[in-house]
Amino acid sequence: MSKGAPTRRLPTGVREDAVARGADETEYTLSVLVENKPGVLSRVAGLFTRRDFNIDSLAVGETENPEYSRMTIVVEGNDKTVEQVKKQLNKVIPVIKVSDLTDDDSVDRELAMYKVACDPETRGEIMQIANSFRANVVDMGSNAVVVEVTGDTEKVEAFEDMVRQFGIKETVRTGRISLARGEKTTDETGN
Amino acid sequence: MSKTTRDTEETEEEEAPTTRRGAEALVEGLKQEGVDTMFGITGGAIMPVYDVLYDDDEINHVMMGHEQGAAHAAEAYHSVTGRPGVCLATSGPGATNLITGLADADMDSRSIVAITGQVPTEMIGNDAFQETDMRGVSMPVTKHNYLIKDEDEVPDTVQEAFYVSNTGRPGPVVLDVPKDVSKNDTDAVRSELNVEGYSPNYEGHPRQIKRAAEAIEEADKPLIFAGGGAIMADAADEVRELANENGIPVTTSLQGLGAFPEDNDLSLGMLGMHGTGYANRAVTDCDLLIGIGVRFDDRATGKIESFAPHAKVIHIDIDPAEISKNIHADIPIVGDAKRVVGDINDEMEERDAPDTADWLEKLSEWKEKYPMEYEQEGDDLKPQRVIETLDDKTTDDTIVCTGVGQHQMWAAQWYEYQEPRTWISSGGLGTMGCGLPMTIGAKLAAPDTEVVCIDGDGSFLMTVQELTTAVREELDFTLVIINNYYMGMVRQWQELFQDERYAESELPHLPEFDKIAEAFGAKGWRLTDPENVDEVLDEALEYDGPSVIDAVIDPNENVFPMVPAGSGNDEFIMGKGTQGSRIS
Ligand SMILES: Cc1ncc(C[n+]2csc(CCOP(=O)(O)OP(=O)(O)O)c2C)c(N)n1
Ligand SMILES: [Mg+2]
Repeated sequence: MSKGAPTRRLPTGVREDAVARGADETEYTLSVLVENKPGVLSRVAGLFTRRDFNIDSLAVGETENPEYSRMTIVVEGNDKTVEQVKKQLNKVIPVIKVSDLTDDDSVDRELAMYKVACDPETRGEIMQIANSFRANVVDMGSNAVVVEVTGDTEKVEAFEDMVRQFGIKETVRTGRISLARGEKTTDETGN
Repeated sequence: MSKTTRDTEETEEEEAPTTRRGAEALVEGLKQEGVDTMFGITGGAIMPVYDVLYDDDEINHVMMGHEQGAAHAAEAYHSVTGRPGVCLATSGPGATNLITGLADADMDSRSIVAITGQVPTEMIGNDAFQETDMRGVSMPVTKHNYLIKDEDEVPDTVQEAFYVSNTGRPGPVVLDVPKDVSKNDTDAVRSELNVEGYSPNYEGHPRQIKRAAEAIEEADKPLIFAGGGAIMADAADEVRELANENGIPVTTSLQGLGAFPEDNDLSLGMLGMHGTGYANRAVTDCDLLIGIGVRFDDRATGKIESFAPHAKVIHIDIDPAEISKNIHADIPIVGDAKRVVGDINDEMEERDAPDTADWLEKLSEWKEKYPMEYEQEGDDLKPQRVIETLDDKTTDDTIVCTGVGQHQMWAAQWYEYQEPRTWISSGGLGTMGCGLPMTIGAKLAAPDTEVVCIDGDGSFLMTVQELTTAVREELDFTLVIINNYYMGMVRQWQELFQDERYAESELPHLPEFDKIAEAFGAKGWRLTDPENVDEVLDEALEYDGPSVIDAVIDPNENVFPMVPAGSGNDEFIMGKGTQGSRIS
């Protein structure tokens, strides 16, 4: 530090002359291993509300060991806020492990179902689109079909864009679930 | 009953467990945790626990006037002893009345275990009489909480609650106990403690400790900023060694008062909004800031942009989430302050102490330029005078409790704190009314130590019912109400920043507090003349029992220096109408 240089801190607490990394807002994927006990979900969800962090999606289910559940949480933020999210999550007593899969090589999937309006003329076209997305038609009526699509977020959203023209009557999405690629488990890879 | 339980538990491993009610298992667990005092109020859902306490002669249960008071008393018990404070309440309103105290403990990192009654398990969720979802309600203001759904879980849960509450960063924990769980029989005993998702880190990383020592060696203008964490970790000796051996000046946060003796030449007193001018100049100018058990609260940092703008920051804290939360840490050290600062001291033994002669010279210039002063005009009673005199008349180990407001800041500024665990106040939450119940908790935790309370008229009135507790328990303390007939701190802001628009801050119809005290059975004095300060304080300190002094002060007195909210610490005002000291 050169003496007398007029330094300041940024509102984030970092000194202006130090490089502020990762200040841009992006999406982060956190995999959170928790004890499978009542109240854990509300502890985690409550934490996000209380600290004013935004959850994009949250998916939760039991793991291979019924004593644990795994939550995949997609959160919007920057490096500093997400660092705080991770630290605060770690402070929740029944949270066992928080893994950040954002920069890691992970497999990300979500499942969505779309109820798309159709008539005899458009039905074929919709089914063709579904086919090209390896999506399944899981219910069919005279005025609507229900299509199930699985994939990463981009794929699901691309499908949605394609069928929007026919009229989407209803949608439901599971939110993202993620696992680390390769031999190592998610809890070993994340940071 | 208590005797048999004690015997059983001492020979736990050899003997077959006895069957007893859940409430008995609970009380047995409290004793295993070394609980000797608790504070509470009974009621329907907690009655089975009180029924066990009825026969007990080991735990002193102190009935309070309000559950909020029970929580504050438990907080003070922790601050004084370092052991968890325990409070009890019934379900519903009893439990919700604890919330302010729990939130207070959460903000100031005090270990308290709150045991609340709950409606019977089969009625939970039915909006039964006095049912409140205490687990849900207390979640955001506790470190952790438990709803015990099975009497067999009582021994393990009690053990875990105490462990979680008072390890790592201390905090409040709630044990919600349904009435049937208290009444049903169980023969469960505690098993080995296992909290998988919780493992506080006490040892600082050796590489960071080296880096810290290097930074200290190289610094020209180092400054230690010590907080409540340093006191809680019992690190005052280590902080003193670090400062004395290396010629490093020390400032503290509000909750850090007592972490470093204020009569030491290296002491700069408190930092921040009502900190000393010289501490605020020092932090603005320093090139190395060593934060020990602090959380860089906005009342201490002022505007972030101008906080320690030239400084490399070493941040030592037991809670990883505090590191770089508000102020970026260049050298982060997660660990127990006592061990980490001790390790840094060891590391410094092989290095040269920094040459801080010029820096200390600069600081003494600032001490002269921005002295702590007040004006004694005419016959007005000045709060600073009362507090200074109280300081003169009491020993260094005297415990000082306060309410919240101007009087609290004067108490921080005008009483010199020399020893850790002698300042007990509501810092993070700023809870008016904490003073009297904390005084009660402190006195019960340290019966042989002098305890005084510097309270405000508005604050005192919020928990005045606890005088009944003080009288019943025959507690010997002196409480001074710095009475300005105002919500003084609010009045000060209105005067300085809201064009003297005194919206709802005037308290013209207060009762005569000395008479209130007498009506409760305590002793009261009314002090209005500065000439009588000595005499009244002598009498009150001498009196064996709760003494209440209604000290009627100049209502226009303000707290200075002051860093206006939103300003940088370098923009403090020394008095009304002064521009203070913008560093150019
Ligand atoms: C429970 C609570 N309510 C409101 C406030 C807001 N507040 C902060 S200081 C203050 C005035 C305190 O008055 P008093 O106790 O007489 O102290 P003084 O400032 O006059 O010394 C108020 C209302 C608070 N801190 N706590
Ligand atoms: Mg007042």
